[in-house]
Amino acid sequence: MFAFCTDPSTLPQWQWFACYLTTQTHFAFYRSFFMVLLLLAITAPVALGMGLLGALAVRSRFLPVSWLGKGYVNIVRGVPDIVFFMFVPIALGQGIEWVFHHIQCPDWDQPIRQGNDFIVCREAKVPPVGAPAWVRDAYAFTMAVVAFSLVFGAFAANTLHGAMRAVPRAQIETAEAFGMTPAQAFRRIVMPQMWVYAIPGLSNIWQILVKATPLLFLLGLQDAVYWARELGGQKTSLYTYPHPDWRVWYFLVLLAFYLFLTWLSERGFGALNRSLSRGQATAEGERLRKAAA
Amino acid sequence: MRTCAESFDGYILRALGRDHGERLLPRGLDITFCDQIFLIASGLIWNVYFATLAIGFGFFLATGVALAKFSANPWISRPAGAFIFFFRGSPLFIQFFFFYSAFVLLPRTGLDIPLGFITLTVNTAPLTTAAVGGLIVLILNTTAYSAELFHGALRSIPKGDLEAADAYGMTGWTKFRRIVWPNMLRLAWPSYTNEAIFLTHSTTLVFLSAFPARQQSGEAFYYARYFVDQTFNPFVAYPLVALYFILLTLFIIGLFGLINIRLNRHLPRERRQRIRFRPQYVR
Repeated sequence: MFAFCTDPSTLPQWQWFACYLTTQTHFAFYRSFFMVLLLLAITAPVALGMGLLGALAVRSRFLPVSWLGKGYVNIVRGVPDIVFFMFVPIALGQGIEWVFHHIQCPDWDQPIRQGNDFIVCREAKVPPVGAPAWVRDAYAFTMAVVAFSLVFGAFAANTLHGAMRAVPRAQIETAEAFGMTPAQAFRRIVMPQMWVYAIPGLSNIWQILVKATPLLFLLGLQDAVYWARELGGQKTSLYTYPHPDWRVWYFLVLLAFYLFLTWLSERGFGALNRSLSRGQATAEGERLRKAAA
Repeated sequence: MRTCAESFDGYILRALGRDHGERLLPRGLDITFCDQIFLIASGLIWNVYFATLAIGFGFFLATGVALAKFSANPWISRPAGAFIFFFRGSPLFIQFFFFYSAFVLLPRTGLDIPLGFITLTVNTAPLTTAAVGGLIVLILNTTAYSAELFHGALRSIPKGDLEAADAYGMTGWTKFRRIVWPNMLRLAWPSYTNEAIFLTHSTTLVFLSAFPARQQSGEAFYYARYFVDQTFNPFVAYPLVALYFILLTLFIIGLFGLINIRLNRHLPRERRQRIRFRPQYVR
């Protein structure tokens, strides 16, 4: 990176560190933090959407849909989610390949499961055979997003369902008295008001989601945990930058990163809660009204 | 192929090490359904070991930390608050990595702690094993989560009960033991039940992170992953381990429910706290 980095073994301390911390692999380490943020940025809205769909399904008056919603929420919540994080990517990957296999190779006569192998024809491989590395990474990342969204969607569905029921009954009755259809009442009255009841639960789920992101490592992605292990491990004098076992410092950085993230989200949700409480029929809303008057 | 009885003999205690049953784990096409049932079940030994000891030690430490955070003296409450923030604000998964890499840096020969008149040598080698080092991380983690629950409960102890204790002339330890502590436990118990469940589920992370599974003796999820790697079939081992954990969860709910009934036995029926299962596993 810097001009003086040509021969690190002769550098004084601070220059050595300046060079060491700006190597290619260190930039990969820094980028992996953005991957965590990207995962959060994609998963949170998707999980919220799944949660909304799940909550609507649970509320549905059409019984099979309601059962589907309840089944989704209870099965995912009742099983340890680490099992889900490991299960969903493999199961989904095999499922996709199975479907492609039946579409693209209808005249394949051998069984797909042979002993301990899962064999599909060459055209059905996902990602395709010979795909570049970034396609494989994107595929693994997408699988992780799906697994996270499934699990956290179920958590969110449960919270949102509770929040919808917490909207005061009188509000909905008033809407009906104005001649709104149930769908209109839901869109105009329940939806805007439910968030204040949902925020404590959602903030809790968000914090758990933040703390679940290091599990990406278990899915084989090169995330922050992977790079902390790689870079921190002892480097002998064969390497350009030899150093003893520094993993503990790298993991300290990771801990600090997550502590900062949870601290920041705590503050953020506090502010959001205050702004959503404005004009609501809750104790906090009443307090804000009195303070303004 | 092994029969089911042979699988049972070979693997039901395999998680304790290779001297207990078959030396090697079943591999490849040699894996039978019974192997999966019994080997994963034997891994539960470790889950129960970690959960029981972590909850057992963590319970008393958490009471102390909660009282410290509740203290009016900032020199006591601030460190307790920082401890809770550190362990609740960061992922347990990273905590395992961090503490493991810290433990391996300790000198192999033992740590000398000079106490003035005598030098105490602490054997640091066990800290790098899951059974001791992993357990310590779990204890610290559950202490922080439980202390936060207990602290919340301390703040909502009914004022009348404390005034009644004062009126009876109770102070210090007597007041704590007879009024404060039982009330705190009663109020915190439903959430503490959930904490015990989450902790039990998070014991699956011990061997997934840094701590090595010596002689391939790991916990239930470690073996489930092993089977999935071997058979490339996630539809047997993962549902099995999920089933075991659901059973374990039901057992905890039952046990803690009995304690809950005892803690609430003096109250009129409608004021009793009910335990609600609210699973949130990752921490």
